[in-house]
Amino acid sequence: MNILKTMKKSTRSNLITYGIVVLFYLVMQLLSSGGLLSNSMQGMLVPICTYVVLAVSLNLTVGILGELSLGHAGFMSVGAFSGAVFWMIAGQSLPSVLGLAVSMLIGGVMAGVFGFLIGIPVLRLRGDYLAIVTLAFGEIIKNILNAIYLGWDSNGFHFSMKDATSLNMGEDGEVIINGAIGISGMTKASSFTAGIILVLITLFVVLNLINSRAGRAIMSIRDNRIAAEATGINVTKYKLMAFITSAFLAGMAGVLYALNMSALAAKKFDYNTSILVLVFVVLGGIGNIRGSVIAAAVLYVLPEMLRGLNDYRMLIYAVILIVMMIFNQSAQVVAWRHQVWEKLSATGPLQKLARVKKQTKGEA
Amino acid sequence: MALLEVMNVGIAFGGLQAVAQLDMKIEKGHLYGLIGPNGAGKTTVFNMLTGVYRPTEGDIILDGKNITGKAPAKINQAGIARTFQNIRLFSQMTVLDNVKIGLHNQVKYPMWTGVFRLPGFKEKEQEMDYKAMKLLKIFDLDKEANLPASSLPYGKQRKLEIARALATNPKLLLLDEPAAGMNPSESEELMNTIKFVQKEFGVAILLIEHDMNFVMGICEYIYVLDYGRVIAQGNGESIRNNPKVIAAYLGGD
Amino acid sequence: MEFLSYLINGISLGSVYAIIALGYTMVYGIAKMLNFAHGDVIMVGSYIVFIAVNQMGMPPLLAIVISMALCTLLGIVIERFAYKPLRSASSLAVLITAIGVSYLLQNLALLIWGADPKSFTSVVGLAPVQLAGGRLVISGETIVTILVSAVIMAGLIFFVNNTKMGRAMLAVSEDKGAAQLMGINVNSTIAMTFAIGSALAAVAGVLLCSAYPTLQPTTGAMPGIKAFTAAVFGGIGSIPGAFVGGILLGVIEIMSKAYISTQLADAIVFAVLIIVLLVRPTGLLGKKISEKV
Repeated sequence: MNILKTMKKSTRSNLITYGIVVLFYLVMQLLSSGGLLSNSMQGMLVPICTYVVLAVSLNLTVGILGELSLGHAGFMSVGAFSGAVFWMIAGQSLPSVLGLAVSMLIGGVMAGVFGFLIGIPVLRLRGDYLAIVTLAFGEIIKNILNAIYLGWDSNGFHFSMKDATSLNMGEDGEVIINGAIGISGMTKASSFTAGIILVLITLFVVLNLINSRAGRAIMSIRDNRIAAEATGINVTKYKLMAFITSAFLAGMAGVLYALNMSALAAKKFDYNTSILVLVFVVLGGIGNIRGSVIAAAVLYVLPEMLRGLNDYRMLIYAVILIVMMIFNQSAQVVAWRHQVWEKLSATGPLQKLARVKKQTKGEA
Repeated sequence: MALLEVMNVGIAFGGLQAVAQLDMKIEKGHLYGLIGPNGAGKTTVFNMLTGVYRPTEGDIILDGKNITGKAPAKINQAGIARTFQNIRLFSQMTVLDNVKIGLHNQVKYPMWTGVFRLPGFKEKEQEMDYKAMKLLKIFDLDKEANLPASSLPYGKQRKLEIARALATNPKLLLLDEPAAGMNPSESEELMNTIKFVQKEFGVAILLIEHDMNFVMGICEYIYVLDYGRVIAQGNGESIRNNPKVIAAYLGGD
Repeated sequence: MEFLSYLINGISLGSVYAIIALGYTMVYGIAKMLNFAHGDVIMVGSYIVFIAVNQMGMPPLLAIVISMALCTLLGIVIERFAYKPLRSASSLAVLITAIGVSYLLQNLALLIWGADPKSFTSVVGLAPVQLAGGRLVISGETIVTILVSAVIMAGLIFFVNNTKMGRAMLAVSEDKGAAQLMGINVNSTIAMTFAIGSALAAVAGVLLCSAYPTLQPTTGAMPGIKAFTAAVFGGIGSIPGAFVGGILLGVIEIMSKAYISTQLADAIVFAVLIIVLLVRPTGLLGKKISEKV
């Protein structure tokens, strides 16, 4: 009987999350067809989807696996560039839906491959070291992408780390990646609908993963690595699984983002972008997938809507990080919150609720 | 042949010899005690048996296979499960999920089946739920199945740890101070549960415990450790009267 | 001769990294946390010197002293309000907070001083030294940087080993609980560590900006991360390790720029970090720390 109830509870909660996304899509479509959506809002729809996917996928690493990755933008850029290169040479001549889908898949797979290559060494490390190494990898990816020249002619790919002229291409040659300038002259292929579909796919993958055997293994590592090992969990395997899935999804988001632009440069995917996504995850609640969806969408739109806020945007993000951590994690503040809560609910039916809440929260 | 054979095992941390020349034999399905004063090296022995520490000398043979220095997860899969002195539950997860993680290598399906809800997912999950609930019932935890593990009172957390360890279907179960922090009636109840588990699952049990009534009450054979060496072994009666053991506990040199 | 000149430049840059790395390594050793904002304290210190010298016309030495005092205060304030409440929280929470503080400092600087780079006038008055008949020129900044870092290094080692406060730091880094039982005030020891680290950051900022004279709100971020790399390289928690790691990293960076690629120099430095962590996670001079089960 009990089991039935939990199954239903997690399923119900997931359905609400999907519902929010679908509702958002319908409302935006309705507003758009009624001409009620401003141009700037119209232009934000695909980036919103991108950041929602990024936040959900980063939450898989931070909230579910319990490791801090500061290189999420790196995976995004690997996806963006490989997806965009495919789009430039082949994707745009395919039927549009197929071209976009294949580009995304290629971007995701490439990012996943990088996730695997980086994950094998990195995941042996713990905590602070892991964070700083993912940051380092993100910067290395950015630096290398900045130095890559890639061309395409009838003989195939030409590659150089020096400059565009040393590509030695034939007459029909075309520079695809031009060093720090990146890729330019792309036709836009992403759409809001494609973005929403990617968000739904991401949620499907992550939520189903969490509520399965593999997901439980991943969370057990987060809660207590030593106990997980002693319980027979292959820690490396499941860490890698979470890390690769997270990178794969970030790569797909990168393609969505890239194909929404006419030009793409590596410097966009720097440390600041990784931190921005981390802010979304922290504000939405570490480990809370629906929270990530809402926080990413709201925090992306809000500063754009309140123009005056724009200068203070980063400052506010910084304050959010600090305040959220102290509010949720400081032993004193948590104790103080319980006290206040108890005082507020000293009388009336709230009292009972408070006791239950205190019990379930407990001291970890 | 014995289920577990520990032969001349020792470990040194830097210059400190924590355990030396340890020999133990554990037979299938029997209940053993490992006792000794604080700092005698009891938990270190557990850590070596479960692969947390790599012994600097000697061999550990489980069921004819040498498991010395293998990774903890591999040793668990080979058939040794344990609990911890300082409880280590998956605290943010539910009581039920804690046990289901214990079943990880008993009921298997691939990641894809879970992500895409492929055929077999539902059956396997139901099988896990059924097995987990059965275990929880033995430890009287079935009513708390859906609560977060961290919300359980101390005594129940200890029991949940044992249930989780049992879920891995071990041949040998190591319990590190299972009755610590329990009152006499809880402790009595736990004794009965442990005896029941030993019979029902046919599992060998080695436990560390400071409560002598507890140890004498259920252990068929006892090893006494002092300064990293076995100073006495035998049944409860012979241990109780062993002058070396008395000296070790009273601190006489 | 060219090689020698690069080597000296590398040692000079490495000396700055070493001073910054000392702040990281001491805080890591004692509070067991990665103080992400440490690099940004460097930036704040540099701005203070810049304003004091260029806008208020103070003599450089006075400006440096003021900057050190204010950075010390900043370090203590950060520790008190952002990190202290999280002393018992998970390392993930502390790290995210530290990133928040780093971001906060950068964006406050952006609001106060603007994004456009300020050109920092060197505070070093020493003339360049010419050796080997003018074929090898060593700038005054280089000489001062190397000397200052050597003095700081020696001073710090003396402080830690020979003063009561220094020994308290060693005790806290060894075992917080035991130190407390021995009557050491752990909180004030940690605050003291932040204070020293931040004062050193001010010095590092001045030296860095004297050699590389563009000052922006993000000036401290990269050197900060690289100095952390240096601290890890040398062995986190070890004072001589920070020094050795810093110098080596500086030399590696300058040599990569000179002989491999300017664009990829940062990538190479980070690759060093990754390799060190994988091959020898405890660094060159670090101790092994194992988790208690």
